Amino acid sequence: MQLTKRAVNVDRSPMTLGEKIYLPAIAKGLKITMGHIFKKKATVSYPEQTRPFSPVFRGLHVLNRDEQGREKCTACGLCALACPAEAITMEAAERKKGEEHLYREEKYAARYEINMLRCIFCGYCEEACPKDAVYLSETIMPSNYSRDYFIYKKEDLLITEEQMKKRAATGKG
Amino acid sequence: MLLLSIDWIFIIEKVALILVIILASFGIAAYATWGERKVAAIMQDRIGPARAGIFGLLQPLADGGKLFFKEEIVPDRSTKTLFILGPALFMITALMTSAVIPWGPDFTISTDSGIRTVSLQVADINIGILYIFGVVSLGIYGVMLGGWSSNNKFSLLSAIRAASQSISYELAMGLSLIAVLMLTGSLSLRDIVSQQHGFWQDGYFSWNFFKQPVAFLVFLVCTFAELNRAPFDMPECESELNMGYHQEYSSMKLGLYLFAEYINMFISSAVLSTVFFGGYNFPWMDQVASAVPSGLFSLICVSVLMIKVIGFILFFMFIRWTLPRFRYDQLLNLGWKGLIPLALLNLVITGGVILFFFNK
Repeated sequence: MQLTKRAVNVDRSPMTLGEKIYLPAIAKGLKITMGHIFKKKATVSYPEQTRPFSPVFRGLHVLNRDEQGREKCTACGLCALACPAEAITMEAAERKKGEEHLYREEKYAARYEINMLRCIFCGYCEEACPKDAVYLSETIMPSNYSRDYFIYKKEDLLITEEQMKKRAATGKG
Repeated sequence: MLLLSIDWIFIIEKVALILVIILASFGIAAYATWGERKVAAIMQDRIGPARAGIFGLLQPLADGGKLFFKEEIVPDRSTKTLFILGPALFMITALMTSAVIPWGPDFTISTDSGIRTVSLQVADINIGILYIFGVVSLGIYGVMLGGWSSNNKFSLLSAIRAASQSISYELAMGLSLIAVLMLTGSLSLRDIVSQQHGFWQDGYFSWNFFKQPVAFLVFLVCTFAELNRAPFDMPECESELNMGYHQEYSSMKLGLYLFAEYINMFISSAVLSTVFFGGYNFPWMDQVASAVPSGLFSLICVSVLMIKVIGFILFFMFIRWTLPRFRYDQLLNLGWKGLIPLALLNLVITGGVILFFFNK
């Protein structure tokens, strides 16, 4: 029974003299390999050179700030609810007087943790967030030997000055 | 006094030459490993070792250092003496072959006691080629002992393969060389080289390659088999025998096996260039010799030989990364049914031609 039309019968006829002395075949092979000397190398020397990310790449999470540098997150919990891997934990707190320059809304996240070992980088948290407070950047998850390292606290997630500038300049994190 | 009549300078000269040759063998073998990886990389559109030093030039040091610091394991059920003797023998025989190869022409130094001629050959023995054959056949004992004493089925199979392959191809190798020796009439490598003087002599090319192309072809193929190199690397055929005869070896004992293989490659290239490609001879060497001092001329000759040797080493590498491995029956068929008859035919034709046309 033939499953596809691509099947080719193997040629089992005895080798001709030209094939038996192997030399023409060796010359042909050498021609191919020699041709590769001048081809472009496929290697990317990674830490020095990087390949551009695709526009839909989803890397490490960042907690965003507004134009005045205030945290956008209101600890509503929608991201934790949307998370299929249940990687997000948070605790809410009320904004006190005199903290208006730190938090934009009256409620904020006192604790905000993402367990990166659970996270599947699906980006649902970014979609669920009503305040545009969490988004996925273009940073690759760094590796580590200890488990504790992978539970990212709020301090690890909050956007840095550098990222702010880059985001302002390129529109991407 | 007998002691006083010893030519001390002669001994110092030879010891220095031996040291230089052995160190050069080590250096070239070390950089052959680097070159092999670069060649492999280039043929596969990669860039190869590039991290250790510029262009990865310190890679051989890193590899060697790594091997030195690996744990040394001697299998419990192995025959310990032979297990240790194996790589040592392989290395010693690899280094011994270089003794009869003429690396360059003699040069003269004028000293207080007169003009002194310095030879760039450790020993000019009149059976040079036979010596090389003898030592190369001893080399297989290193593989045999190592594979056999490891008490491992794969190693034993591999050692048997290596031995039978070596015996089969040494026959064809010897026969192909006899045709060349009929032309030269001498077994001394120095004579063989001096007969290939220059490039053009008496209206024909002087290098043996142009006189005996078939013998060269047979010899080259047999060299691949003797070196256990792809496409004839049956003894270490990964897909069938894991790692072959050095499966149980670790640390520097493994390193010696791998390293000696590269030294063998270097020496084989030197023998190939000496016997077939005129050794240190190059076109217009007489004009060069009259223009420069004899010391510099010797240096030029040595570099010419080295260029030929490196060319052959590169050729070995290109072949390795081009061809797939032969099957074992194909290998023996090619040896016994292909190369030996071809070498015999070449021998008969050469004999006939010498008898009827050059019989003076």
